[in-house]
Amino acid sequence: MLGKTANGLYWMFRYLERAENNARLIETGQRIALTRSGAPTDEWTPVMKTTGTDLSYAQKYDTVTKESAIDWMLRDPENPSSVRSSIEAARQNARMVRTAVTAEVWGAMNGCYIDVKSALARRVNERDLPNVLGLIRQRTALVRGATHGTMLRNDSYDFARIGTFLERADNTARILDTKYYVLLPTSASVGSHLDNIQWETILRSVSGAAGFRKAYGQKVKPSEIVDFLVLDKRMPRSLNFCCQKIRDNLGYLASEYGQRLEAHQMADDMCRRFMSHDVEAIFDYGLHEYIQDVVAALNALGHQIERDYRFFA
Amino acid sequence: MSEGRFFDEMWAQEDAARPPYNSFYSWITHEDPARLRAKQREAEEVFRLTGITFNVYGRKEAEERLIPFDIVPRIISGREWQKLSRGIEQRVIAINAFLHDIYHRQEILKAGRVPVEMIAGNEALLPQMMGVMPPGGVYTHIVGIDLVRTGEDEFFVLEDNARTPSGVSYMLENRETMLSMFPELFAQEKVRNVSNYPLLLQKSLAESAPSGIPGDPTVALLTPGIYNSAYFEHSFLANNMGVELVEGHDLRVVDGRLCMRTTQGYDPIDVLYRRVDDEFLDPLNFKPESTLGVPGLFDVYRSGAVTLANAPGTGIADDKAIYSYMPDIVEFYTGEKAILQNVPTWRCSDPDSLKYVLDNLAELVVKEVHGSGGYGMLVGPAASKKDVEAFRKKLKARPANYIAQPTLALSTVPIFTKSGLAPRHVDLRPFVLMSPEGIRITPGGLTRVAMKKGSLVVNSSQGGGTKDTWVLDD
Repeated sequence: MLGKTANGLYWMFRYLERAENNARLIETGQRIALTRSGAPTDEWTPVMKTTGTDLSYAQKYDTVTKESAIDWMLRDPENPSSVRSSIEAARQNARMVRTAVTAEVWGAMNGCYIDVKSALARRVNERDLPNVLGLIRQRTALVRGATHGTMLRNDSYDFARIGTFLERADNTARILDTKYYVLLPTSASVGSHLDNIQWETILRSVSGAAGFRKAYGQKVKPSEIVDFLVLDKRMPRSLNFCCQKIRDNLGYLASEYGQRLEAHQMADDMCRRFMSHDVEAIFDYGLHEYIQDVVAALNALGHQIERDYRFFA
Repeated sequence: MSEGRFFDEMWAQEDAARPPYNSFYSWITHEDPARLRAKQREAEEVFRLTGITFNVYGRKEAEERLIPFDIVPRIISGREWQKLSRGIEQRVIAINAFLHDIYHRQEILKAGRVPVEMIAGNEALLPQMMGVMPPGGVYTHIVGIDLVRTGEDEFFVLEDNARTPSGVSYMLENRETMLSMFPELFAQEKVRNVSNYPLLLQKSLAESAPSGIPGDPTVALLTPGIYNSAYFEHSFLANNMGVELVEGHDLRVVDGRLCMRTTQGYDPIDVLYRRVDDEFLDPLNFKPESTLGVPGLFDVYRSGAVTLANAPGTGIADDKAIYSYMPDIVEFYTGEKAILQNVPTWRCSDPDSLKYVLDNLAELVVKEVHGSGGYGMLVGPAASKKDVEAFRKKLKARPANYIAQPTLALSTVPIFTKSGLAPRHVDLRPFVLMSPEGIRITPGGLTRVAMKKGSLVVNSSQGGGTKDTWVLDD
């Protein structure tokens, strides 16, 4: 396989995952805004911070309003991580690697692009927002489903999966990093209204509220949220789950190509260093510092994969 | 242009459809127009979703556009095709022999059949190719011969495409679309198959590999990238041949061989089907500023370690000024009269011809010698007075840059419109494959159709559409 093709597959699926995650973050932000009682607070700056676009937003707008924040995250072409930009980038990469994906995957990706582009052609008003977000989730899920159902389990699939899980891990880590302070044992005046909302926000932004209750019961403890999002092997958006998947797919590449490279060692190290402790150890280390370290390790691994598999000349 | 009737391939006879269209005509007249309209929309939807698009240069917004597709097939009888394909084969053999001759002994110039100045001063001649023998002796692995029809037995070659002809993916997708929309039609008509083209292309390219390669040759397709107007076709063909689609930055010369960067290192390529123009192939040997090519590629080629399809320098054979000599060229190399006629052509470099062309500008079609895609041409009868006068200035400034031809009474084939069937002008581009093992011609080709009433310009860049083309087994 061409190095360029590996690169294209990896980014196609990173962008696809990013589009889906950002749609989920907007949905969560909107829900918080709607269910909030009392004085208006700024829910949107932390959401934009999570996507790493709060500073570029501030360059364009003087104030944070719901309308402009949603528009920025959903469809602003100046925001390279907006849902629209991400879907366009995913589709552009898909065009580049058309020979490496099945007709079904390409068809689903192109259909996703066409429909989302037309849904986001104009500013989306509040009334239509749930439908538009639903459409984005559906169309991206269709691409994922076609990938799962029709692609050979070979190097193409591995690079697609590695892109997906690096992006997903990064997203979960960013959510934790933005909200880590409400999860610290010291700040937890357990049961306070504000904390409950914050915790709910965190769980919703990873589509994990119901899953959490099933696994941990009705009584929400912040340390259990951390456990759920970081270490839980059942939770498909937890850092541990994503890291294991990345390591597995790198492992398949190593056996297909008959060669272990630097990236494989780094993935093993990452899993051992960050995923083999319990949640108390993470709090002892410092939640914020821990998350920062994981994000740095994910970044370094991404760069190493690019080098090891010759994404660029 | 002669006023009056054009030859319509379905309705040329007063009382009934022409024989090749007989059974199709009776089918379509019994179909519910509402169903056909729905099918037409369905076809467009399929093309949109599959991403069968082309990019139009010079338009920022419309990055990708659909080529209109019409559901009425263009039908050619087996007998008509037999004659056409013999003519096409003869012409392709002559083109290849001409190229070999021009880049080696130049017998045709010595014999005075083509004037020396037509070659010596021609920008399409690639001096770097002098004395270079392509692997297997094949210059033109893929050729598109553009044909037009003006009557029952009158076919003309409008131009030869010996560089990197495009459009074959539309031919294939048009057929796929028709097969899935109207299976009943194919059950009643014996239409010759075209869908093995990608396999034949792969086979033909592999046969053209440099000799002495151990195992199966590795073929790759070189594209300028996703912003090229034909990118869809490049990825389509690579996909259907099962070969890698590469760009310049994926390639590098390693130890005297052309290699592509894979996830596991550099792998050699034996045959490069390149959809990049000559001058961009190699910045060391041609345009230094090109980023689309591979430094040193031409040196590898000259050493015989890689096949380029088509060979560099084939433009000298499809140059529009050389075109006018094609009847002589065919006769010189094959010893036979040309089976396919040329359109009478005035070379504006010749003062007498120029005078005639200037005097009759409003009646003629004038084309740039090196142009393509319908850009920069004048269709006299369709142009405004102002356009004609503007063109006159350009022509006077650089006469050698232009040729002129009579405005042909291009045949028509009906298209399906909101108000039923309506005739529109068409041309035909059959696709020819050539390898050291022989010549393969796909039955039919791409029919391009001017969607606008009365228009004679069928180029997709100018709003033209396409039709499925049937050659019947009669």
